[in-house]
Amino acid sequence: MTNVSNFKRLPSRHDASVTVFVEGQAVQVQAHDSAAAAILAAGLGHSRTTPITGSGRAPYCMMGVCFECLVEIDGQANTQGCMTLVREGMQIKRQQQARLLTDSQHD
Amino acid sequence: MGLSGNHNQAEICVIGGGVVGLSVALGLIRNGHQVCVLDESDLAFRASRGNFGLVWVQGKGDSLAQYAQISRRSARLWQPLAKRLQADTGIDIQLQQKGGLFFCLTEAELQARKQMLSQMQVAVGGDYPFEVLDLQQLRELEPEAGPEVAGATWFPEDGHLNPLLFFRALTDSFLKQGGQIIHSGTVSDIRALTQGFQIQTSQNGLWQCQKVVLCAGLGNQILAPMLGLNAPVVPNRGQVLISERVKPFLTYPTGHVRQTGEGTVQIGDSKEDVGFDSGTRIEVMAKIANRARKMYPILNRVRLVRAWGALRVMTPDGYPIYQQSEVHRNAYLVTCHSGITLGALHEGPIADWISQGSTDLPLEVFNDQRFKL
Repeated sequence: MTNVSNFKRLPSRHDASVTVFVEGQAVQVQAHDSAAAAILAAGLGHSRTTPITGSGRAPYCMMGVCFECLVEIDGQANTQGCMTLVREGMQIKRQQQARLLTDSQHD
Repeated sequence: MGLSGNHNQAEICVIGGGVVGLSVALGLIRNGHQVCVLDESDLAFRASRGNFGLVWVQGKGDSLAQYAQISRRSARLWQPLAKRLQADTGIDIQLQQKGGLFFCLTEAELQARKQMLSQMQVAVGGDYPFEVLDLQQLRELEPEAGPEVAGATWFPEDGHLNPLLFFRALTDSFLKQGGQIIHSGTVSDIRALTQGFQIQTSQNGLWQCQKVVLCAGLGNQILAPMLGLNAPVVPNRGQVLISERVKPFLTYPTGHVRQTGEGTVQIGDSKEDVGFDSGTRIEVMAKIANRARKMYPILNRVRLVRAWGALRVMTPDGYPIYQQSEVHRNAYLVTCHSGITLGALHEGPIADWISQGSTDLPLEVFNDQRFKL
């Protein structure tokens, strides 16, 4: 996808390149990035919708407190993107409103 | 405002800006008074921000029929209060009163509870519409009830709300109608003047008022004697677990588990005597989590994201104190541990009592002398 992110990477720290998939699109990130950083770098815009009104939200605090960065990672719903390190081939998808508990995850 | 030495004035000062103080204060504004709430600070123990959010009737007052009576009266006043708060502030406090369940994990527990509720029913002459459900009947109401559950008791007047939204709606409505909330710091001294009272605060100097209402939670213990009142309240800690938000799968609140309007599962109802310590302990969290997953095994799939402790404000017999001072007739004491359930009572007939000096509520049994032997 065309990268429309407002976030520009500073040349301060270089690491191995990792490919993750944000809503199915391959994105090159660095091995020390979090999934939330990958979302911002990819310019995804909103990365979840709220449980009641369905309005859009994106990563905010980047330190595990605000829960705005909830995404689905490799099929696991409601995962905090900022607390999850990227890995090769990771599938990151938008969290659509509240998680459906009757799914098969987390048994 | 309020350099030391200045005398700030209010007709009525309510000491304590939690849900109890603000409910009373809002009802006093409705009665046409000029009201100032003196709220300590964020260092205060804030039961109003840590509680479970039940509007709960069943089983309350098993040894005091008047407590059952005022709890049910408050429950009946809740819908109109919630509507008024929404009209005033636009805030939907998520009040639901479709009934509530109390799960029992063993047959012995279920029988004991049935016996207690039956006795309460007899005590009020029959008008106490509880039902006892076996597991099969319970699953018609809550399909996720687990196989280890013996059954539940059902009471149609129970419900729940979002206590933080209620707190905010109270604050907004009170301020909109001209009420004042002063973050005054600790109240260190209250003394009666020839007319009215003088209140010493740590951060906002002196306040003078005609009438004073103590709603200071655990702080009432120290403040009450300054006005010839008695409030032997002690902290009782409850711990709460908070889950990730999941799509609604529970229909009714229970005494231990409820699902909020946003989909959060809230788990609680521990009781510990640990003094003024609002922390958490892993053993207690494990215990309440374990009970919850026996109630609803589907909770094994839910991730917990937060936990906290909060201090209940407990009298020796667990019942509230509503007392007009015998020494200073314009001083009142209001303290309880069910500030949500009793919120509508406090905004309504309790505020009217403080405004008008008389009431049809059976307040004599909630006097402050009953703890003195």
